[in-house]
Amino acid sequence: MAEAGALDMRKAGPGTRKDPERSATAGRAAVSMIALEGVALYYGAHAALRDIDLRIAPGERVAFVGANGSGKSTLLRVLHGLLSPSAGVRRVAVPHGKPLRMAMLFQRPFLLRLSVQANLRLALWLGGWRGVAARERCRLALQRVGLATEAQRPARALSGGQQQRLALARAWALQPDVLLLDEPTASLDPSAKREVEQLLAEFAEQGTTLLMASHNFGQVKRLAQRVVYLEHGRILADAPLAEFFGGAVAPEARLFLKGELPW
Amino acid sequence: MDPFVESVRTAFALIAQADARLLKIVALSLGVSGTACLLASGLGLCAGAALAVARFPGRRGMLVLLNTLLALPSVVVGLVIYLLLSRSGPLGSWGLLFTPGAMVIAQTVLVVPVVAALTREAVESSWLQNGEQLRSLGAGRWTSGLLLLWDERMAVLTVLLAAFGRAVSEVGAVMIVGGNIDGYTRVMTTSIALETSKGDLPLALALGVVLLGVVGVLNAIIALVRAWAARVHGEGGTPGGLLRTEARMGTANG
Repeated sequence: MAEAGALDMRKAGPGTRKDPERSATAGRAAVSMIALEGVALYYGAHAALRDIDLRIAPGERVAFVGANGSGKSTLLRVLHGLLSPSAGVRRVAVPHGKPLRMAMLFQRPFLLRLSVQANLRLALWLGGWRGVAARERCRLALQRVGLATEAQRPARALSGGQQQRLALARAWALQPDVLLLDEPTASLDPSAKREVEQLLAEFAEQGTTLLMASHNFGQVKRLAQRVVYLEHGRILADAPLAEFFGGAVAPEARLFLKGELPW
Repeated sequence: MDPFVESVRTAFALIAQADARLLKIVALSLGVSGTACLLASGLGLCAGAALAVARFPGRRGMLVLLNTLLALPSVVVGLVIYLLLSRSGPLGSWGLLFTPGAMVIAQTVLVVPVVAALTREAVESSWLQNGEQLRSLGAGRWTSGLLLLWDERMAVLTVLLAAFGRAVSEVGAVMIVGGNIDGYTRVMTTSIALETSKGDLPLALALGVVLLGVVGVLNAIIALVRAWAARVHGEGGTPGGLLRTEARMGTANG
């Protein structure tokens, strides 16, 4: 039976989020931000996730890779709390006594039939921001992603890349501790991809924990510190970036890399 | 002269001269159906949005019932409301039978399932597709329902216009609970039925033309809304759920 839990992060101290380059393995050994213990998730008889043990440290940048249907997106949703595990435990830290703030970026962001600005204000309202503070936050977020001049445009009239930037602005404005990314650039052209990646790198520099599912190894190499390889809902490899791409991982992961690396 | 041609000529003359009797009937029809739709939208939109996002035991059965009510025969509604409002009925003391109020109640009952069922469908479709992202932003179930109701406003508007079309064109319920009293509860559809049976074809035809005109204006509004949505949101002119909703309305009104 799934069970909600809380991890106390107070030991991590205020400097934790400012140290994005800390070693992935050290992160796992030390304080966890989110922990999954023996997690499984079933859709009827089909096991989407099995025996998942995972600990995410503050400031880590973790990429989940694997073939289609391997469970990457499902795992992200369980980490976020959008899906409850059928078995096992998900524990989430309570940094400084406050609930962990999480935001997720989807492959195709859902934007309401409102203006760019109204979409952002709505997200801020849902996140508890009100009045002048919300207005100011909205302005800064739009500036940050280069959409300040598009504030009054209908959000759905933006290009794919601009929509994803707006979704990123929405996430940034909410100041998340953890940003989850479900193939956020999969449907974008190379130039839009670069723009989004640049913004994600800035996020990471601020110490935000990045958890991303991706098929794009180039992107994984640019953004991640640690790589988790999934196959049929199981974690078969979990290693620092260099180690993973250096081949010092499970044979299944090596085969996967072999098949994918030529592109 | 051919009696049909003569009737058509007289009918258009009545419209052109803004015949007082004709105008009174048209005004009452629009008033009764408009009020009924207003009440029905208050109930139906909330119920539809709630059903779209809520999950509870018996929900599936409720949806089957709601979809069945889409085809609710208007005479059955008229009969039930008649029994409730008749002097010996549980609501007889209200004294509403054979008044425009009774007609509003009957049409509201008739239209609520239409608004609720079609709204549920439009909102649920969006909820299944996007609910996860709204939850990710921190929206609860009910907040998501209301946000999606707003987001699907073009489809919802189409539902409301179609519901008005159904209300204004039904005859059975208003005939039974209104009594078709001249100058008091006589609306377009009951007038057409009565005048045709009396052989007064010009007035019946004139009312028929006005009724068609009202439905035509509604369709024009739908088309304009669609074009406006396409222009404003740049989405190719089909807000989510619109085509699906229209298809369902075809069944509901058939």
